[in-house]
Amino acid sequence: MSRTLLACLLVVLLPGGFSGQSQRPPAPTIAAAANLNFALTEVAAAFEEQIGSRVELVFGASGTLTRQIQDGAPFEVFLAADEEFPNRLSGAGLTRDAGVVYATGRLVIFAPAGSPLKPDGRLEGLARLVKAGKPGRFAIANPDVAPYGRAAEAVLRKRGLWDALRPNLVLGDSVTQAAQFATTGNAVGGLIAYSLALTPEVAARGTHAVIPDADYPPLLQRMVLLKRAGPVAAQFYAFVQSGAAKTILQKHGFAVPQ
Amino acid sequence: MDWSALRVSLWLGVGTILILLPFGLWLGRLLATREFRGKLLLEALLTVPLVLPPTVLGFYLLVTFGARSPLGRAFQAIAGQALPFSFEGLLLASAIANIPFIVQPIQRGFEAIPTDVRDAASCCGLTPWQRFFRIEVPLAWPSILTAAILTFAHTLGEFGVVLMVGGNLPGETRTLSIAIYDRMQAFDDRSAGVMAATLLVVAVATLMATTALSRRVGVRRV
Repeated sequence: MSRTLLACLLVVLLPGGFSGQSQRPPAPTIAAAANLNFALTEVAAAFEEQIGSRVELVFGASGTLTRQIQDGAPFEVFLAADEEFPNRLSGAGLTRDAGVVYATGRLVIFAPAGSPLKPDGRLEGLARLVKAGKPGRFAIANPDVAPYGRAAEAVLRKRGLWDALRPNLVLGDSVTQAAQFATTGNAVGGLIAYSLALTPEVAARGTHAVIPDADYPPLLQRMVLLKRAGPVAAQFYAFVQSGAAKTILQKHGFAVPQ
Repeated sequence: MDWSALRVSLWLGVGTILILLPFGLWLGRLLATREFRGKLLLEALLTVPLVLPPTVLGFYLLVTFGARSPLGRAFQAIAGQALPFSFEGLLLASAIANIPFIVQPIQRGFEAIPTDVRDAASCCGLTPWQRFFRIEVPLAWPSILTAAILTFAHTLGEFGVVLMVGGNLPGETRTLSIAIYDRMQAFDDRSAGVMAATLLVVAVATLMATTALSRRVGVRRV
């Protein structure tokens, strides 16, 4: 028994080598906001196809990634979900320059299948539910920590729903978590990122309507090239600003700078 | 299925055992056989990773070895890379978090050896090293094995410290438990499910192996 176990262990372990260092891929590591999960994976695939170099993608909350970069994490490009975090890094002298806005996030109202809420961009369906006194739970990202949460708050305030709806809000730590609340049927709906609503997993679970851009301050997403970046990372940074990448970002629900 | 994540997890488990086992044998035996001043405090300190949330350990490691601390910068200048967000940093965090899991069972194992047996061994002319390897280690063997397996299993399940200190770097610090979380965040429930099941199978197999091994060892020694 012990010998079988040992053999199994060896088979799995040997291809790696003991130190993680020896198996670290030569590809540069790119840190990106979680709402880019699908779009950037496709951009990276296009990059590999057209330029012939590979990049390694790591997704996380923008705040978490910022913190890790400050603590020495080996990322070479950082694509944030807002402008504040990359600005903090450039202010601390950790980046090549102030970076560029590569995309603008968009907000949708999402309702899971079977919900009493019928999504529309002007939130009239939600207003009716509130007026009827039965709004149920409504999911948004936490406005204190998530840019999409701040945008959601602005939309609800503009429609005069914020105060009435407030006791019924469930706050996700990130817009991804808000989407999870909204899609699993635990809420009548939620305000989530368009990019998330377009993913097959979310799209299959309900319907959505795009909120007009004028209803909330723009969700500018900025990226920065970090000081430690090598040539492949710099190429990727340029590629994200190319026409090919912009088409992919648009397809996934982002607006892109002209 | 993320094979590189499984590999990182298993290496982390094996590496933690290799680092901690000599330390655990030395300290466990010391605590079992000697009385000295400050023993109570030392035992409390050795057990403290068991009761503190992993975030406390993660916080202190980042504050101590992060790129913004003098110690972290010194380490980076020598090693060429930061200790956090590397496999080595993860190994250090894992070793600290697992101290109670290795020391306590070994200490209990050595405590269970009657003093007469040790005295008899010395009377028969065995040197302290011979006594240690021929008498004490074989007698305490089931406890030592338990300590090693507990450490291994606990390392596989480690999440909080790994997320804080390791980040989520593929092939380097992305363990299986992190990979599951990562896939969940990406709405990829299928991959997360496969990996969760893998971890479950590995954990059950490990525990079954321990029980089987310690039984066999027990029978042979009696």
